[in-house]
Amino acid sequence: MLEIRNLHVSVDDKPILKGLDLTINAGEVHAIMGPNGSGKSTLSYVLAGRDGYEVTDGTITFDEADLLAMEPHERAAEGVFLAFQYPVEIPGVSNSSFLRTAVNAVRKHRGDKELDAMEFLKLIRAKAKQLGMSDDMMRRAVNVGFSGGEKKRNEILQMAVLGPRLAILDETDSGLDIDALKIVADGVNALRAPNRAMLVITHYQRLLNHIVPDHVHVLAHGRIQRSGGRELAEHLEANGYADFGSAEAA
Amino acid sequence: MVANVETIDQVRAVTEQKYKYGFFTNIETETAPKGLNEDIIRFISAKKNEPTWLLEWRLKAYRHWLTMAEPNWAKVGYPPIDYQDAYYYSAPKMKEKPKSLDEVDPELLRTYEKLGIPLREQELLAGVEKPAVAVDAVFDSISVATTFKAKLQEYGVIFCSISEAVEKHPDLVRQYLGSVVPYSDNFFATLNSAVYTDGSFVYVPPGVRCPMELSTYFRINAENTGQFERTLIIADAGSYVSYLEGCTAPMRDENQLHAAVVELVALDDAQIKYSTVQNWYPGDAEGRGGIYNFVTKRGACRGRASKISWTQVETGSAITWKYPSCILQGDSSIGEFYSVAITNNRQQADTGTKMIHLGRNTRSTIVSKGISAGRADNTYRGLVKIQPKADNARNYTQCDSLLIGDRCGAHTVPYIECRNRTASVEHEATTAKISEDQMFYCQQRGLSQEDAVSLIVNGFCKEVMKELPMEFAVEAQKLIGISLEGSVG
Repeated sequence: MLEIRNLHVSVDDKPILKGLDLTINAGEVHAIMGPNGSGKSTLSYVLAGRDGYEVTDGTITFDEADLLAMEPHERAAEGVFLAFQYPVEIPGVSNSSFLRTAVNAVRKHRGDKELDAMEFLKLIRAKAKQLGMSDDMMRRAVNVGFSGGEKKRNEILQMAVLGPRLAILDETDSGLDIDALKIVADGVNALRAPNRAMLVITHYQRLLNHIVPDHVHVLAHGRIQRSGGRELAEHLEANGYADFGSAEAA
Repeated sequence: MVANVETIDQVRAVTEQKYKYGFFTNIETETAPKGLNEDIIRFISAKKNEPTWLLEWRLKAYRHWLTMAEPNWAKVGYPPIDYQDAYYYSAPKMKEKPKSLDEVDPELLRTYEKLGIPLREQELLAGVEKPAVAVDAVFDSISVATTFKAKLQEYGVIFCSISEAVEKHPDLVRQYLGSVVPYSDNFFATLNSAVYTDGSFVYVPPGVRCPMELSTYFRINAENTGQFERTLIIADAGSYVSYLEGCTAPMRDENQLHAAVVELVALDDAQIKYSTVQNWYPGDAEGRGGIYNFVTKRGACRGRASKISWTQVETGSAITWKYPSCILQGDSSIGEFYSVAITNNRQQADTGTKMIHLGRNTRSTIVSKGISAGRADNTYRGLVKIQPKADNARNYTQCDSLLIGDRCGAHTVPYIECRNRTASVEHEATTAKISEDQMFYCQQRGLSQEDAVSLIVNGFCKEVMKELPMEFAVEAQKLIGISLEGSVG
């Protein structure tokens, strides 16, 4: 589904990713772990198409198409979803109308009929409840005044409603207490599906106790240094990233 | 060379299609000779069979105007206007004034249809989908049709063109015309008093809640023609009326002047809600053409516990210069001003309000949202004045500016004059930019760049948009999106 070949990315002319290779098949959950500053978030932003991340070499193919040729909103419509590490506030726009606008933008792109207010409500009600999100949270402005846990749950709700092909979770565990982590992880696990792939980016092994990955990769110095199964994460938890050197030393 | 011309045409087509009201209606008109002098004023007055007092009032205004200088304190720039190089009267040719809608020139009806303004009562009454809105349609210098007059009459509500009101209700007009905005008020209002050609008149009798939204739709069609309309709304004791004004004009390369005056009078316990969705042609991306919108709007809360509420969404015009104001004369009266002003490309807006507190326990609220994009300039200018007798007067002002891009400007100029120690005046102001984070977040959820801007800006304006009557809120929301097209990227 996703093929990254020899990816080189610079930010402000500073090389961050230096020849990254990664293949993700449908139905798989991959975890990327790495020390701070190793380029984990850069990878998620490049996949989503954020401005300021310059691809200097390499290719990214998504479902046979050239992902790098697409605008950010086209990637979203094609099924790339990024759960943000720091979800953004949009004052004055209610959470539910934001989500409906997003759902309808994506549906329009896919040639589906747009949903009216009632149909939309039907679609989200059960999902919001599963994540413990009240009607009040849906009426409040997007992420404004939300606690850390509420913001992350909101990300997972958006993911559940938009139903992506490739879900990227960028440090979704940061700032969550154990109860919130459990709710978020349950939400993510419920979305595991044979036609959907996930890329979980995290610094700590903790999240991977709840979202169990099929593959684990260690990212350091701008490249995948080692790949393995779940046991690799446990090894890292025990030994830290010392084997791979600190990012600063690179 | 050919390629060049083609490119220019293409660019033009792209920028111009954004203003979908830019068409011109080909209709026979009757036009007064160019220029401004006492004869022209006599001509206009005679055209309307006006009584002598009104002609005298016009001439008084004109003579006063000759002694006045154009104001230059606003933060707007434009080449000097040659007041002799314009037409002051242009009207669709009609043998006789149409007595009913059936007699109105079909070409005119089509124009309003194209603009999305319903002028056919039967269809509206039959298809009760939307709540009916009574419309007074003003085309260049005159009112061409007013709908639902009969239905409103059942409630005693008078809704007609001001020319008709002068004929049929001269006492009311004489009592109130110029009572809020005197003929000598300011350069543009004085000019308007001299040459105003038509506009709307509303009178709501005591205790009546007007059964439907009233609205006036202004259309400037003719070339080189100024539109000077005058609106007068009187809400008698204990009555309520909600009124909406909309405006469009064809796209032209030259600038056109629109200098209107609106006067509102609210007596004891009366309420007037006045909403404007202003979408005059803003000019092209380089600042060619567009309407100069120099308007004086003022409401007098004369009665106890009366209330006047201005809501405006200003997206059009090359230059906007207007300060819808409230004179809070009656004790416990309330004035409100909710404004969204959007400027893109080379547009300039200097807009705000004046809240003059005269009575005790008077309250006013000002919420202003200014959005600048392109190379536009957007200024909020507001005066809150608390007079010595206004015990316990309260004002709350909130001015927020949003900048899109780095070549536009936002300015906030609040004036506060407080002469009573028991008064409380609050002012809050913020300036923000649409952040790259917000844009990326929206785009990552599937919104195109332009939809993202529109969503974020609509969120920014929400406190004002929710004050608009439901039927117009959706239109206004779309309008905000359209006005900002091409502002990012």
